[in-house]
Parts: sequence; structure tokens; C-alpha cells
Amino acid sequence: MAAPAAARDSQPARSADRPIRAKGRQAPFPLSLYQTAVGKKWVMAVTGIMLLGFVLFHMFGNIKLYLGVIEHNGEPIYDIDLYAEGLRELLTPIFPRTWLLWLLRGGLIAAFVLHIHSAYSLTRMNAVANVAYQSKRDWLAANFASRSMRYTGIIVLAYLIFHLADLTWGWIPSTDWERGEVQANVVNSLSNPIVAIIYIVANVMLAVHIYHGVYSMFQSLGINNPNYNNVRRGLATALAIIILIGNVSFPIAVLTGIIDYDPSLLSG
Amino acid sequence: MSRKLNLTLSIWRQDGPAANGRFETYQAKGIPDDASFLEMLDIVNEGLIEDGQLPIEFPHDCREGICGTCGVMINGRAHGQEKGTATCQLHMRKFNDGDTIVIEPWRAAAFPVIRDLVVDRSPLDRIVESGGYITAPTGSAPDANEIPVPKDVADSAMDAAACIGCGACVAACPNSAAQLFTSAKLWHLNALPQGQAERFRRTEAMVETMEQFFGSCTNHGECTEACPKEISQDFIAYMNRDYIKSKVANRRMAGRS
Amino acid sequence: MLPDSHVPNGPMADKWDNHKFDIKLVNPANKRKFKIIVVGTGLAGASAAATFGELGYNVHAFTFHDSPRRAHSIAAQGGINAAKNYQNDGDSIYRLFYDTVKGGDYRSREANVYRLAQVSVNIIDQMTAQGVPFAREYGGLLDNRSFGGAQVSRTFYARGQTGQQLLLGAYQQMMRQVHEGKVTLHTQTEMVDLVVKEGRAVGIVCRDLITGEITSHSAHAVVLATGGYGNVFYLSTNAMACNVTAAWRAHRKGAYFANPCYTQIHPTCIPASDEFQSKLTLMSESLRNDGRIWVPRNPDETRRARDIPEAERYYYLEEKYPSFGNLVPRDVASRNAKTVVDQGLGVGPLKNGVYLDFADAIARDGRDKIEERYGNLFQMYDRITGEDPYSVPMRIYPATHYTMGGLWVDYNLMTTIPGCFSAGEANFSDHGANRLGASALMQGLADGYFVLPYTIGDYLAPLLGTDPVSIDDPAFIQVEADVQGQIQRFLSLGGTRSPEYFHRELGKIIWEHIGMARDRNGLEKAISEIRALRDEFWSDVRVLGTNESLNSSLEKAGRVADFFELGELMARDALDREESCGGHFRVESQTPEGEALRDDENFAHVSAWEWNGPDTPQTKHAEELTFEEVALTQRSYK
Ligand SMILES: Cc1cc2nc3c(=O)[nH]c(=O)nc-3n(C[C@H](O)[C@H](O)[C@H](O)COP(=O)(O)OP(=O)(O)OC[C@H]3O[C@@H](n4cnc5c(N)ncnc54)[C@H](O)[C@@H]3O)c2cc1C
Ligand code: HEM
Ligand code: HEM
Ligand code: SF4
Ligand code: F3S
Ligand code: FES
Repeated sequence: MAAPAAARDSQPARSADRPIRAKGRQAPFPLSLYQTAVGKKWVMAVTGIMLLGFVLFHMFGNIKLYLGVIEHNGEPIYDIDLYAEGLRELLTPIFPRTWLLWLLRGGLIAAFVLHIHSAYSLTRMNAVANVAYQSKRDWLAANFASRSMRYTGIIVLAYLIFHLADLTWGWIPSTDWERGEVQANVVNSLSNPIVAIIYIVANVMLAVHIYHGVYSMFQSLGINNPNYNNVRRGLATALAIIILIGNVSFPIAVLTGIIDYDPSLLSG
Repeated sequence: MSRKLNLTLSIWRQDGPAANGRFETYQAKGIPDDASFLEMLDIVNEGLIEDGQLPIEFPHDCREGICGTCGVMINGRAHGQEKGTATCQLHMRKFNDGDTIVIEPWRAAAFPVIRDLVVDRSPLDRIVESGGYITAPTGSAPDANEIPVPKDVADSAMDAAACIGCGACVAACPNSAAQLFTSAKLWHLNALPQGQAERFRRTEAMVETMEQFFGSCTNHGECTEACPKEISQDFIAYMNRDYIKSKVANRRMAGRS
Repeated sequence: MLPDSHVPNGPMADKWDNHKFDIKLVNPANKRKFKIIVVGTGLAGASAAATFGELGYNVHAFTFHDSPRRAHSIAAQGGINAAKNYQNDGDSIYRLFYDTVKGGDYRSREANVYRLAQVSVNIIDQMTAQGVPFAREYGGLLDNRSFGGAQVSRTFYARGQTGQQLLLGAYQQMMRQVHEGKVTLHTQTEMVDLVVKEGRAVGIVCRDLITGEITSHSAHAVVLATGGYGNVFYLSTNAMACNVTAAWRAHRKGAYFANPCYTQIHPTCIPASDEFQSKLTLMSESLRNDGRIWVPRNPDETRRARDIPEAERYYYLEEKYPSFGNLVPRDVASRNAKTVVDQGLGVGPLKNGVYLDFADAIARDGRDKIEERYGNLFQMYDRITGEDPYSVPMRIYPATHYTMGGLWVDYNLMTTIPGCFSAGEANFSDHGANRLGASALMQGLADGYFVLPYTIGDYLAPLLGTDPVSIDDPAFIQVEADVQGQIQRFLSLGGTRSPEYFHRELGKIIWEHIGMARDRNGLEKAISEIRALRDEFWSDVRVLGTNESLNSSLEKAGRVADFFELGELMARDALDREESCGGHFRVESQTPEGEALRDDENFAHVSAWEWNGPDTPQTKHAEELTFEEVALTQRSYK
């Protein structure tokens, strides 16, 4: 064996010389935040809160499905339809009709886009950083929810597209969708057991997503105080359960006839 | 009186960084239960050498849980099943006769296998190098009692500083994130009055270096469970907070425009 | 001939200041023209490398560990001394100096010790500024404790992890210099030889532990801060990888090795449980404050400890030393434990320990108090032994813990090879024949922070304008070839036994004959046994695998080879020193009560040994020790 030539004084190659990601130039604030994983995580948490707020608000709004027909300006109308119209007319004397709604929608869309993009890019980053174990892992703290965030997230996204196509755009041909006729659209759609099951499954996944998401978000935002850290898990569980019960109740109520649509009530 | 254990070991063998690894099975017979886990490997190695086979390379040094050299995956858990215990402090009396033990090296893209169970953890040094210090050149220090440090603060800094740099947090993390290690060092220094001057610069530098090598934290909490010093995940939140603050305040630009 | 020790003239208190003024300085702008190699990144090495870097020198730091933070300094538990007198209990630089000289049994150089006590104060300031989380009082000021029987509270501590916190401080400071580009760090790179050209140290040759590559590095000066050699005993409280190779290679190249027989045996370690035992674990000395040490009077005792009646227990320390009792100094406690175990009174399955019993303390103070004081130690004991010390007495036995001997250095910390310096446990400088608790950390940091950075300039200043010797120089090529030769020899030997086996057997010889009590017969026997085993090693060691990959057997073989030569020198030194002092107890030299008896007439000197080749015994050079300040007295603990 030949003796290897004596190396010069350089630092020997170690894995530290091979980062898996290059450190780029720093962009101006606030973009600089979004350049790094901790910053992205923060964006995720903030958008997560926005989405959570929407989901809660949306759920409370949808409770009007239970209220059936009411009297409005002397006309009978389904409460939910009135509510939907109300949303469009939010602050109308100040803004033109639907402006504010579009503003809110814009925020919501941005939140979804950022939430999903950051989820995607962090997932990619983790995939590069991680090397799988060849033997079975024995999890101690990670739970089903924490390990399946990206999958529950994707399911929620897929559901969302379906849901918009179904109830907002009326693209599902079999449902006789009619703009503004919210109660009718919901009942028509969810009385199909397959659609109802899609809703139920998706909302269970959403609850699972929130169960970890809400817990995680405090850490990501750096909200941590030993005095109230113990409520984080409880809060996450409570929100997940509230959203689960609320949202799953709608398809079940439609299937069991608790929520129904009777056009005769409107003409009466 | 001490028992003797007969064990089946399934151990990762890999000839070098570029080679393909594989699990190999060994029978460890008559292991005294007073032995530590690493002494069990010593005994197996003596047997291997006697048979003319290459001994298993495994990381170790102090064998008293402080240097942070040791660390392997034991039956799917970093540092084995004992909470708050480094591999070298794990003793065979915690195992039963006839057990099968699967031993794998730490896995992360930043920790390539050097050989068998030994991995290269030098990226952790790069994180410290980028800012894990308080700039106080030799000779420049004021009297040690000049700056009082509230006991609670000193204790909290010490809790964080107890990290031994073993890398189990990375190994246990499903994302191979080094958040626990980095945040522990950051909190050690950021908590103390002496560390305030560089607090935000340090946080930015260390976090950004960390991200060149490791994954991102999704708050699984496996790290704390695996950590031989049971370093708290709270420090991760403190790190995130300081990081965002540092970006928002952007102290590097202050007064320059 | 031993070179001048360069101890400055003048009154003790002014020596260091005068010296700093007298020695040559390197102009700040010229510092970057000098390259310094620092081998070892423990407390001594890391603090030196960091400070050199700050001063502007070009530093290359080497460690065989995968990170500088793994150096064995990390394991120190108890604390670090400093003459701050924060507790207002009468401490002073002079008292720390006095205690250290006396504790060292009057076998250290007064001037060095005085300087150590002087700079101890700056160390605490420095480490605090660096963020070492020392224990604090509620008012926010630093807390102290009394340690190792000191009469004052001068020990600073960070929980039970003082060494860890100090090392992390020094490591971080060094990493800052790495970041600044002033220090180049070479991890997993083991120095395997020193290169000397025309009488000066000009560089080192290393082996990359991962690739096996042999590399040469040249510099204007080389600092060896490579730790102690306690692992020559095989079983010790040192980490597994601690070794003497760097210092020994320097010795073989001409550096004198001083006082190798001064080794410290710590009395409270957990006894070995079997042949497979790989290391021993230290239990803090503080346990002796509350625990009572005893053995059964009957060598054939079979009852459990709790069932043995009071009258049949032999509290040997309390009986022999009524005033100090269980708190006698380390060496006395250790030797007495050995005596009773040798009498067959040992306890435990292998009859190799003595009881350290907390039953009385628990009865007196309550379990909670004891748990508060020692909870983590009890837990550690339980984890290792599987026994609960609250209900059964602990078993303890002495173990090698520290080595006072090391490379001979002058007041500037330079070895007998110009350009080769030594710091920390690797040198022999400050502890004489026995080290006091909590002063090794102090010495390592003193050397690295506050001594070497000044004194190295005195050597470097005249070299301005010269380049380091090229690594293509025949001096380097020759050493590289020698190193390759040794590696090839190991790999092709094809013996039958592992390096581990030889290390274990060597350790047994050393522990038996050069351990806690030494006598002429035993020492002579040790020399011949070590030689025989060494021959067997060189014909029968089995090193499998290749050089070009991580190969711990190969690393170990090289280290064990050096331990053989060191072991022999230890025996020779112990044989030559026909007195008892500190950690060195010659059975032939004791008082009628069996205490260590010094012979100041003939042995108040440092024995510095000069290498003469592998088969010729070393030559001894004596550095006479003079005591201007401290009067020599006989220790007594009755
Ligand atoms: C269990 C234990 C407890 C202790 N407790 C205390 C205490 O409470 N108070 C106290 O004051 N002292 C204590 N000591 C003693 C003290 O810790 C040590 O003496 C001191 O830390 C030694 O520091 P060092 O820098 O000289 O060497 P080390 O910290 O041992 O560092 C040696 C360095 O040299 C490197 N090295 C060695 N050889 C080579 C080579 N050939 N090539 C490259 N690199 C090499 C190593 O990698 C390492 O970086 C304790 C010791 C032990 C074992
Ligand atoms: C209304 C729908 C949604 C809500 C309320 C929601 C809420 C949250 C919250 C609160 C978090 C925690 C953020 C943090 O830890 O900082 C989170 C994380 C995450 N979300 Fe969502 N999310 C929704 C939709 C989605 C969608 C559509 C996807 C992906 C396609 C997705 C993917 C993720 C991922 C991957 C994480 C990171 C997991 C983690 O941090 O543990 N989410 N989400
Ligand atoms: C079972 C539960 C749900 C029911 C019954 C329900 C019902 C509806 C209905 C009726 C509409 C149409 C409103 C209109 O056209 O005016 C709607 C719109 C919408 N839903 Fe849901 N929804 C449910 C769950 C969800 C969930 C979980 C999400 C989010 C992840 C979601 C996101 C949306 C969005 C984004 C719109 C469009 C809002 C807009 O037009 O601005 N829905 N939903
Ligand atoms: S945080 Fe814990 S697990 Fe991670 S490196 Fe430090 S000690 Fe090891
Ligand atoms: S396990 Fe990983 S995901 Fe975060 S909380 Fe710990 S680093
Ligand atoms: S070997 Fe040092 S921590 Fe385990």
C-alpha cells in the first residue's frame, strides 16, 4: 500500500462542509421572514389562525341551516339564504355590494395559498433533511395527528375544491345548484349519502389537523409561558371537537331529515 | 446476584460513508446484567475480534452521560427506553433474557454514517460556531459579581446549558430538526444579562445556520423525550420568538438609513 | 542537563508581574505572521486557542474527538477554585497558594503555584462574562462552597456539571475564533508524532481518524494540552479515549517527563463489578460529609449489611482518625480502603468495596434532607448498580482519577524542546504530589487563558520573519514514514489478542504494583511484567481492518503501545523516589502510625526523565525545589 501524500493544512472534509441548503441573500423585510423555515412556520401559524377563524365563523354561520324559514320584510325566507345575502351586502352603504366580502375572500385565499405553500416548502425541506430509519420507530410523543399533518392538510384541500365546486360554483351536475339558494343547494347535495360521507370524512380530517395545529401554533409563534402552557393541549382538543361536532352534524342532519328543504314553505 | 442474559442483536453494519449498510444478527450470550449497554457491545466486540471479524464501531467516550459522544437507536428509540438517560448509562438489567435488540445509527442527512453506528455530527459545531457564544475576549471581563444574575434566570440558563450535544434530538425528530439543540444553546446565552448585547444577532445567525443542515420543527416533541438531559421544548418557543423579533426589529439596519 | 526553569527573581507576589514585563512581546501587527498549533481542545487547549486567536495569531487546533466539546474536562463535577474571597471568610491569593503547596505535599514549584492563585481570580471573571451559569444566591451574586476539606468556601460551581459548563464556555469562545477565521479546527485528527528539527518543535504529524490519512502540519510553536494519562490503569474515572500518546511522543522526541509516579486515587468511586468493566464512575467526594465508611469485622461475613450488628462493624476511618474521621484527605481515605480490602474485609460480590452508609444520616436528618443534598448522586448510583442507596449502603472503592505528573515545563510552560509547550493536565506544573479538589479546572484555564498567551510571545518574538518549516522537509517526511511504519506493523502483525486485552492486563499490573501503595519488590516486579507483556503485545496483538477507515482497534493499539512505555517509566520513577509524598506512597517510608513519610532531605525535587530510546532506561534529571514562603511540615489528620 502506498503511503497517501501528506495533505496540506486545509480543514479535512466533514459533513459540515456539505450543507443540504445554501444560505441565500437576505431579501427585504417582510420577505426575509418567509425565506427561513422558522419564519415560514410563523406564517403558517398566522395563516392557520386565519383559517381557523374562518372555519369557526363558517360553522356558526351554517348553524342557521337548522333554523329553517323565517319571516324577513314580510317574506318567508330560509334563514341561511338571508345570511348568505347578508354577507354579500356587508357594509353596503359604505362599500358597493360584495366588495367587503371579496376583500375577506381575498384574505382567505391569501391565507390558504401561504399556508399551503409554506406547508409544501417545509415538507420538501424536511424530506431532504430526513433519512428514514431501517428499523421500526417507537414513537413517544409524536401522535397520529402530528405525523399526518401534511396528509390531513391535503385531504382538507381536496375537500375544499370539491366543496367549492359543489356549493359555491355549482359544477356538480346532479345537484340542481342555484345561486343564492343555499338551503336548497346544501340539502340537495348532502342528501346524497356519498357526498355526505365525503363531508364527514373530510371534517374528521380537519379536526385531526386542528388537534395538532392549534397545539403546535403556540410554539411556532413563540407563545410560551409555563403558567398557561398546560392549556394548549386542552384548547386544541376543545377546538377540534367543537369543529368536529359542528361540521359533521350538518351532513348527518341532512341525511336524517333534521335539516331539509321544502319549497312550499317559501311560497306559503 | 447478577443474572446472565442471552440476547439476539440486530446491528447496523456499514463499511464506510459511501458503502451500503445492512443489519446483521449476532448472538450475545451470557451477558452479565450489571454490564452497561456499551459494555455489552464491548463483550460482543471481543468475541468478534477473537473470530477474526471486524468489531462493531460505536460512538462512546466518557461513559457517564456527560460528553455526548454516545448515542444509537435502540429498538426504535434514541438512547433506548430509559427516559433522561444516555446510551452509556443504560444498563443491561433493564433488558430480559431472550430479548432481541435492534441497534441503528442516528439518521439524518446532516449526520452521515461514518462507519457502523458512528455518525458525523459536526453540523452541530457549525451552529455554535455561527453565534453560540458571548463575545468576551480574554482579559476584558469585569468582576464576576459586577452583574448580578437573578437565581431563577441563572437556573433556567443552566437547565438549557445542560445539553450534551449528543444529537439525539435530531435523531429522534421525524423531521431531523435540530431545534432542541439550537434553542437550548440560544436560551442558555439569551437568558443571561451577559448575553443581551448579541441576543438577536446570535439568534438569527444560529437559526439560519441550523436551517442549512437540518429540517424544520413541527412540534412533534420526540426530541425532549429522547433527550438525555430532558431539555424542555419551551426553549424552542423562546427561540422562535427571538427569531421573529430579530427579523422585525432588523437591528442590523437600525440607524443606517 | 535540565534547562533553567526561568522562575523570575523578586518577591513571590511580584514575580509574575515582573516576568510579564521582562519577557519579549510580539507586536500586534506581527502576530498574524505566526502560526501556532494547539493539540487538545479541553479546558487548557480551547482557552489557549481562543486567546491566541483573539490576539491575532494563526491557530490550528487539533482534537481526536468529533467535537472539541467532548474533551474530558466535560466530566468534572465538583467545581473550580478561585481566591475571590466573596464569602468574606479569610480567603486570599496567599491562602490559596499556601493550601495548594501544602496540599501538593511540598513537591511543586512555589512560583508557579503563586501565579496560579493570582490568575484564579481572573478566570472566574472571564468565565462569568462568557455566560457560564455558575450557581447564584437569591441576590444574584455568585455562590461558593467549601470543597475537598478546604477551610474556606472558594469553590465556584455550576450544579454538578462545572467542568461541562466551563468547557462549553472555552469551546464557544474558541468557536468564535473559528468563525472569525483565526482558528482552524481539525476534529477527529489525532496527533501521532511531534516533529523536531534542529532542536526545535516545528510541527506535528496526525492521522485522520476517519480516512486514515497521515497529514503533516508545521508551525512556529506547538502547544500540547492533551490531558492526563490516568488510563494507563485501564480502569479509571477518565473517559475511554484519554491517552498519553501526544505527550509521550513529545517525550520520545526529547521532552522530559516529570514525576510520572504522582497519580491521584479518588476514594469514592463505584467498584468494578466484573472483568468486563470498562471504566469507573466517580461519586462526588461530598458524600463523605454524611456517609459513614465501614466494613464487617468478620472476613467471612455473609449477612446483608443491614443485618450486621453495630458491634461487628469496623468504622476504620473513624477509629483510626478520631478528629477527621471520614473526612480525611483523598489519599489517606483511599489507602485505608485498600488496606481493609486486602485484609479480606471487602464487601460486595467481588469483595472489592467498602460500605458508605447513610442510614445514620437519614435517621438524623430525615430522608428528605439527604435526598435534597445527594439526590442526583443516589440516582446515578442506583442507575449503575441497580441498588437503592436509601435502603442499602453504597459500595465504594478508590479509583485513579488524576495524574499530577506530565511533561516537564519551565515557568513559561515550555517543555525541554524549544517551541513545544504544554498546558493543563498534560504538564506537571502546579499540583506537586497531590492535587486539591477543584484546582485542575483552575490550572487548565490559568494555563490557557492567562499564562501561555503571554509566555509564548517570548519564544516567538525572535522568530519574526521566519516561515514555518515546509512539510516537505525531510524532518516531516521521516516522521510520516515512521508513523506509516507503525500502522503497517500493527495491521500486519496478525496476532491473536485485541489491544483491549493488553490494555486490561497492563492496567492490572499497574494497579497492583503502582497503585495506592508501592514497594521496591512490587515495583521491580512491575517493570519486568510490563516488559514481558509489552513484548507479547508487539508480537501478538490483533488489529483487524484497514488504515483507510474509522478503526478504533488501530487507534487503541497505538495508544496502548505508548501506555506500556509510560507504565514502565512510572514504575522506575516510583522506585527511584524512596519516600512517600501525596499520591505516592512507598510502603518503606511511613511513620509508625502508617502515615506517609516524606524525605525532604533527599527528595525535595522534581524528577524529570529523559528518553534514551525504547530499550534503554530514561535518565533522571532533578530540579531542586526551594521553599521561600511555605515552611515544610508533616501532614497529620489524627
Ligand atoms: C470524573 C472527573 C471529575 C473531575 N472533577 C474535577 C473537579 O471537580 N474540579 C477540578 O478542578 N478538576 C476535576 N477533574 C480534573 C479535570 O477535569 C481535568 O484535569 C482537566 O479538565 C483536564 O483538562 P485538559 O484541558 O488538560 O485536558 P482534557 O480536557 O482531557 O483535554 C484533552 C484534549 O486533548 C485532546 N487530545 C489528547 N490527545 C490527543 C492527540 N494525540 N491528538 C489530538 N488531540 C488529542 C483531546 O481530544 C482533548 O480535546 C476531574 C476529572 C475527572 C476524570
Ligand atoms: C381550514 C383549513 C386549515 C386550518 C384551520 C389549518 C390550520 C393549521 C394550523 C393552526 C396549523 C399549525 C401551524 C403551526 O404549527 O404553526 C397548521 C399546520 C399545517 N397545515 Fe394546516 N390548516 C388548514 C388547511 C391546511 C391545508 C389545506 C393544508 C395542506 C395542503 C395544510 C397543511 C398543513 C401542514 C403541513 C401543517 C404543518 C404541520 C405542523 O406544523 O405540524 N393545512 N394548519
Ligand atoms: C359540513 C360542513 C360545511 C357545510 C355544510 C358548508 C357549507 C357551505 C355552503 C353552503 C357554502 C356556500 C355559501 C354561499 O355560496 O354563499 C360554503 C362555502 C364555502 N365553504 Fe363551506 N361548508 C362546510 C365546511 C367547510 C369547511 C370545513 C371549509 C374549509 C376548509 C369550508 C370552506 C368554504 C369556503 C372557502 C366557501 C366559499 C366561501 C365564499 O364563497 O366566500 N366549508 N360552505
Ligand atoms: S438537546 Fe438533548 S438530545 Fe439534543 S443534543 Fe442536547 S442533550 Fe442531546
Ligand atoms: S421532535 Fe422535531 S419536530 Fe420539533 S419538537 Fe422536537 S424538533
Ligand atoms: S459516552 Fe459520554 S455521554 Fe455517553
